[in-house]
Amino acid sequence: MPDTILVVVEQREGKLNRVSWETITAGQAIAAATGWALEAAVVGSSASSLAAEVSAKKVAKVYAIESPKLDPYTPDAFAAALKQFLDSKQPKLVLMPHTYQVRDFVPKLATAMARTVISDCIGFKYEGGKLVFTRQMFQGKLAADVSFTSDAPWFATFQNGAFRGDKAEAGASAAPVETVNVEIPDVAIRTKPQEVFKEAKQSVDLTQAEIIVAVGRGIKEQKNIEIAKQLADALGGDLAASRPICDSGWLPMDRQIGSSGQTVAPKLYLALGISGAIQHIVGMKGSRTIIAVNKDSEAPIFEIADYAIVGNLFDIVPALIEEVKKAKG
Amino acid sequence: MKILVCMKQVPQKDAPLKLNESGAWIREDVSYEVNEPDAFALEEALRQREKHKGEVVVITSGPARAQQVLREALAKGADRAIHLEDPKFVSLDAFNTAKAFAAAIKDETFDLIFTGLQSDDYGYAQTGVILAELLGLPHATIIMQIEKTDSGIRVKRELEAGYFQFVDMPTPAVLTIQSGINKLRYATLIGIKQAKNKPLRKVTLAEVQPAIGENLQKIERLYVPEKTKKTEHIEGPPAEIAKKLVDKLRNELRVL
Ligand SMILES: Cc1cc2nc3c(=O)[nH]c(=O)nc-3n(C[C@H](O)[C@H](O)[C@H](O)COP(=O)(O)OP(=O)(O)OC[C@H]3O[C@@H](n4cnc5c(N)ncnc54)[C@H](O)[C@@H]3O)c2cc1C
Ligand SMILES: Nc1ncnc2c1ncn2[C@@H]1O[C@H](COP(=O)(O)O)[C@@H](O)[C@H]1O
Repeated sequence: MPDTILVVVEQREGKLNRVSWETITAGQAIAAATGWALEAAVVGSSASSLAAEVSAKKVAKVYAIESPKLDPYTPDAFAAALKQFLDSKQPKLVLMPHTYQVRDFVPKLATAMARTVISDCIGFKYEGGKLVFTRQMFQGKLAADVSFTSDAPWFATFQNGAFRGDKAEAGASAAPVETVNVEIPDVAIRTKPQEVFKEAKQSVDLTQAEIIVAVGRGIKEQKNIEIAKQLADALGGDLAASRPICDSGWLPMDRQIGSSGQTVAPKLYLALGISGAIQHIVGMKGSRTIIAVNKDSEAPIFEIADYAIVGNLFDIVPALIEEVKKAKG
Repeated sequence: MKILVCMKQVPQKDAPLKLNESGAWIREDVSYEVNEPDAFALEEALRQREKHKGEVVVITSGPARAQQVLREALAKGADRAIHLEDPKFVSLDAFNTAKAFAAAIKDETFDLIFTGLQSDDYGYAQTGVILAELLGLPHATIIMQIEKTDSGIRVKRELEAGYFQFVDMPTPAVLTIQSGINKLRYATLIGIKQAKNKPLRKVTLAEVQPAIGENLQKIERLYVPEKTKKTEHIEGPPAEIAKKLVDKLRNELRVL
């Protein structure tokens, strides 16, 4: 039997999380490089209906791993269900998206199987029969190629955006779906999750903004936010921030951009003193034009910037405000 | 409440990093600081102790320099510290780091164990959850609030895109703490003085060696990431940069 890659897709309230398609694309690419077979699995209380959706993609088989105990999500139930399945199935490689949910249960699952997870990968290489995964290190300043030194099953998770979900190939015909019922004892589930909720309604909607001036920790002090505000006003744009700025209460939470804040795609995103951690980038990389001002020429924000200004924002911003005002007359 | 806080020393956020000869790690002669979420984890532990009494113990693994993190934690109010001291601890994967911690605390029981949600250097986002599994404890990740209840604790988990969820769970438990859960305190002069007399237990690699094994994953190569986007640098004195930028905003991007 050939080696198998298993992609575990993610669902939320009965809907596939779109990032799952990216992981399917990744799985297809690794399958093409290695010659391994590709299968997929959906885990949940109503996995079968979603499995049908996944079976339209080019995969050899889709498993619907079901139990009433899988709803609502708990790390205990998910790890137990997948461990049962993987113990019998023994795939070579298990792939998942690096979502908050996966981070919550996959290290537990792998540990229960005495295995390891190469987490938050952005790519892979298959060289001379060896599979390595690329991941960011030191907050994106460096990258590393990482290999497994232990027995399969190997676990790897992929960062949001690492592969294109719309590139997931459709299959010639629907893949067979097999329902797998797993037994999860009540005592195995130790946590009791409550309803998911959103904090007080957002009063600022930055998703429609055309120009955003975003400040990061490079702004140093709360009182300095004022110069960013002046620049935003001069440009007729909105003010936004990285997480630490909102955590400190310097700007309200609803101005936070990133994985735990808003996702925006303005015509112009001006990043002032923002390092460019991936959790920030996912919230703004869709911007048409990105201008970054940072004193560190190696700041990861420059990797996605269209225009880079290496320098002190306290020198650049006042000059820019003046020039914009002049231009607007 | 007896709380253990895992605190890691990592290179300072804006420290320029250079590769070492092996090409698989950085040159260690940089400045270091405490991993950001771990500082919030310590603060949370101190606040819980202030409310419910008990003890706060901090633990780190790393070379001699990592002791600085423990000293600062003791100065801020932690009661005692454990240092797994050896340069080799730096190269352990998350599985073995967690195993080393489990071995070092095997004679103690904690009501709560906190870690940060991820480290700034490796960024595994795994050590806390692995530790929970090794100890047979329930866990919850990316925590923004903790309250004691009659039967254990109620925690607030951060989910993606501004969503949250409360989770009820028994103790003992392991929680991975998100930055911003609270406001950090500063060490006081008295605190710094008192820290000198607080217990700091050292654990050698040899002591935990039987509990750990070979790494399950290996860094083959570390490198500066390849650029994927064409970036245009705008240079010159500030006034000139401003002129060039405004020209682009007006004539190329047409946003002015
Ligand atoms: C699960 C999770 C979710 C997260 N969610 C989010 C999120 O939604 N949004 C978000 O933003 N972050 C989020 N983060 C945090 C993220 O990882 C980073 O820590 C954060 O984005 C860093 O913010 P920053 O760039 O402002 O600060 P830093 O990383 O500290 O960067 C400051 C930058 O300013 C530069 N600088 C300093 N002084 C000057 C100066 N005078 N002139 C010019 N430049 C200067 C420095 O060179 C540095 O690059 C999340 C993290 C995790 C783990
Ligand atoms: N060497 C270490 N010393 C102390 N704590 C650590 C160490 N490695 C990991 N941790 C803890 O585990 C958390 C998650 O780290 P990681 O799994 O590497 O992302 C960190 O925020 C720390 O709380």
